[in-house]
Amino acid sequence: MSIWIRVILYLVAAPVVGCLLAGWDRRISARMQSRRGPPILQPLYDVQKLWQKQNIVVRRSQNFYILFFLLLVIFTGALFFAGSDLLLVIFALTLAAIFFVLGAYKASSPYSFIGAERELIQMMAYEPMILLTAIGMYIVTKSFQVQKIASHPTLLVLVLPGIFLGFLFTLEIKFRKSPFDLSCSHHAHQELVRGITTEFSGRTLAMIEIAHWYENVFLLGWVYLFFASSPLLGVAVSLLVFVFVILVDNVFARLKWQTALRSAWVVAAVLGFGNILILSLLH
Amino acid sequence: MTLVLILILVPFAAGLGLLCLRPDYLRRILVGCTTLAVCGCTLALARLPTPVNLEAVPLNHHWINVGMMLIEIGMGLYVIYVGLRAKHPLIVALMLAQAGLMGWFELTQGSHLEAAQNLFVDKFSVIMALINGVVGGGICLYALGYMREYHEVAHRDVADRRPLFFALLFVFMSAMFGLVFANNLKWLFFFWEITTLCSFLLIGYTQTEEARRNALRALVMNLAGGLAFALAIVWFYKQAHSIELQVLIASKQSLVLLPAALLCFAGITKSAQLPFSSWLLGAMVAPTPVSALLHSSTMVKAGVYLVLRMAPVISGTKVGLLVAMVGGVTFVVGSLAAITTSEAKRVLAWSTIANLGLIVLCGGIGTYEAVWAGVLLIIFHAVAKCLLFLCVGVVEHKLHSRNIEDMSGLILRMPRVAVMMLIGMAGMFLAPFGMLISKWAVLKAVVDANPLLSVFIVFGSSATLFFWVKWMGKLVEVVGSCERVKKELVLGESVALYGLSAATFLTCLLFPLISSRFVEPYVVDVYGQSASLSQGNIIIMTIMMAMVMLFPFSFISYGHGVKVVDAYLGGANVNSSVRFLGSASAVENVTMHNYYLRSLFDETWLSRWGVIGSAVLLAVMLVMACL
Repeated sequence: MSIWIRVILYLVAAPVVGCLLAGWDRRISARMQSRRGPPILQPLYDVQKLWQKQNIVVRRSQNFYILFFLLLVIFTGALFFAGSDLLLVIFALTLAAIFFVLGAYKASSPYSFIGAERELIQMMAYEPMILLTAIGMYIVTKSFQVQKIASHPTLLVLVLPGIFLGFLFTLEIKFRKSPFDLSCSHHAHQELVRGITTEFSGRTLAMIEIAHWYENVFLLGWVYLFFASSPLLGVAVSLLVFVFVILVDNVFARLKWQTALRSAWVVAAVLGFGNILILSLLH
Repeated sequence: MTLVLILILVPFAAGLGLLCLRPDYLRRILVGCTTLAVCGCTLALARLPTPVNLEAVPLNHHWINVGMMLIEIGMGLYVIYVGLRAKHPLIVALMLAQAGLMGWFELTQGSHLEAAQNLFVDKFSVIMALINGVVGGGICLYALGYMREYHEVAHRDVADRRPLFFALLFVFMSAMFGLVFANNLKWLFFFWEITTLCSFLLIGYTQTEEARRNALRALVMNLAGGLAFALAIVWFYKQAHSIELQVLIASKQSLVLLPAALLCFAGITKSAQLPFSSWLLGAMVAPTPVSALLHSSTMVKAGVYLVLRMAPVISGTKVGLLVAMVGGVTFVVGSLAAITTSEAKRVLAWSTIANLGLIVLCGGIGTYEAVWAGVLLIIFHAVAKCLLFLCVGVVEHKLHSRNIEDMSGLILRMPRVAVMMLIGMAGMFLAPFGMLISKWAVLKAVVDANPLLSVFIVFGSSATLFFWVKWMGKLVEVVGSCERVKKELVLGESVALYGLSAATFLTCLLFPLISSRFVEPYVVDVYGQSASLSQGNIIIMTIMMAMVMLFPFSFISYGHGVKVVDAYLGGANVNSSVRFLGSASAVENVTMHNYYLRSLFDETWLSRWGVIGSAVLLAVMLVMACL
């Protein structure tokens, strides 16, 4: 497939897949809690409804940051599926997240402020592991290009088991799932005042939701990279990982930020760096 | 050739002139003219093809050497006097050791000590000269307005010694030019010591108890570096019978490893790497232009300049690895420590130390990729960090505080300065600005050379992200009503700040050009090959840049189609977003403070273990070099 077809496919299909995933997430979670759960398309209905609502703000410029958050998240995913440099993808993702945080700061309400601080702590927690994941893939495939990593003949997970586990750990943070849903919980039933998103409403809140759809597809795409040499296995594992993340979400309570940060860094140092250490000793 | 001499001599002469000028307007004219001349000359120099032919003027004149010797003796006597007056035996001992060593060396070998070329110009020295001339010039202009406000409004209690202040700034500038163009190691050392002395005098400018103490600490640590430098010269001469930098770089590793290690040690003291970082933190007592010029953009860069020059010699050796580790440890400790402090200048100081650590890491690795990345870091860091320092200086004068917590709502109170600060911070750590491109290059270089060292970068850079974003957040957040400060900037300040903001953008946009015209030729000269960004990535960077630059345009629809309400305060708002009904129906004000994570990272603990760890690494490095 040429680059452009892949990018366009991503731009069109990612929100659909992301929306379905979000629907399944709610359904599976409900079943785990012995509820029936909403229809699969509920996230879409939510977004539709939000889109029609009045736009209420505290600070007049707060929504601009969210617009750029959405644009940059889409851009990040497009870079990834176009097969470009993995580090560049990470940096674009960081830039996107920073726009989100700054939007919450701009809103200047105590709840969104605390949410922004906690989002920053989460970013600090997952960043090392994500970078180490890219580095690990580079050591094996000799390239940061997603394209080359994906077409590498070895099954990456076999040489990078520690990094894969560490990456799963950070996925919990990136998916905003318990035990790491510090900045805002994914579930409305857990808290009514949702941290970082407290002051965003209507269309802007819908944008945040859509951004998460895109982001989740991109993250599962990254999981797929570990199994890229055998595509079917890759897709299957990506979906399994998604179910696993939901399971963990329902099993664990929220952690304190100290524990979250410490554990994420310990995981990055032990599993991530340990894996790289062993690799470079073997080479 | 003439240009090089002008660059060294004109600021020096201007410095002497400024020492005698009392009236403010004459000073302004002289500073303005000299700055313009220096900027013009560096730009002209940058256009010349390198290596510039310097044979034309014979510089081995007897009188030049005698003159330098006399100045050196004068400086030595002054340092000893300072040491005696402050009852600081270490200063006296270090100075005597250094003077004794150099004196003995001159007496025994003096007649043979001739360098074929005393000065040389290559692309790297041109880059350093550009930073020194353009960024340094900007700071001098800024200092005119800043120092007037400093004495007339903000610090009336401090004795007005502006003639000395400006004289030192320009003498320093001249010494920096000498330093980057010197090929004769004795000359390099001479200029090196002048910068040390200028730094000492400028840190102690206010003459308060704290300033004096910190100035002495800076002096001690830099004298230790100076002693290492002197040892390096003597040892190198003993090994290779030469005192030329270019000969040293081209020599066989085994022959010159010890002098190279000693020079790296000197570089590490100068650029305030752990275990010597405390002097740079202390140096923040000096007026802000000094912090910007000496302690972030130029003088501390002299240290990493020397380390990067040594890179080809120490590359692949254990010495190189240990130097890289000192840099790596400094990067992590500096970044973590910056999280814990709320004082703006201290955050900037820690971040400077951390970024210099990254450059030292590059120098220690010493592959062509690493050196390419290191030089880029020098350029981008100088511009963005200088902008930040100058902004903090302005804010400090207007708000009478340099605490980040007090900068809440700065975007409304001082919109222009706040936007420039945001640009500076974006320049420091955000994609697609220069620093991030360079960090990316560093990461690639490190993974290629030694993937294990990447652990320093991944943890350090995530900490970097945290402290910058929370500062940015403070600037954009608005709690309560904010009155706009009248007359944010005076002329000199605006020239410097607007210029530097534009430079932050331009260096980023012109990145491929800077890389291909200046950095790559230097790296190719030394290594025969160079790294560069691929075409595809440059395009992606440009797209990102375009997206970021579109952001201000979203303000066109400012306030359109939105309904403004009060912030959510648990439903207990009292007619506003900033007051709420607390317990017992008391009306409370909303306050929000950033996280400093002090329960997790403790600044004293971090610096103590950082110092111990890096001191061990340095000691092992010197032992390794001797073996």
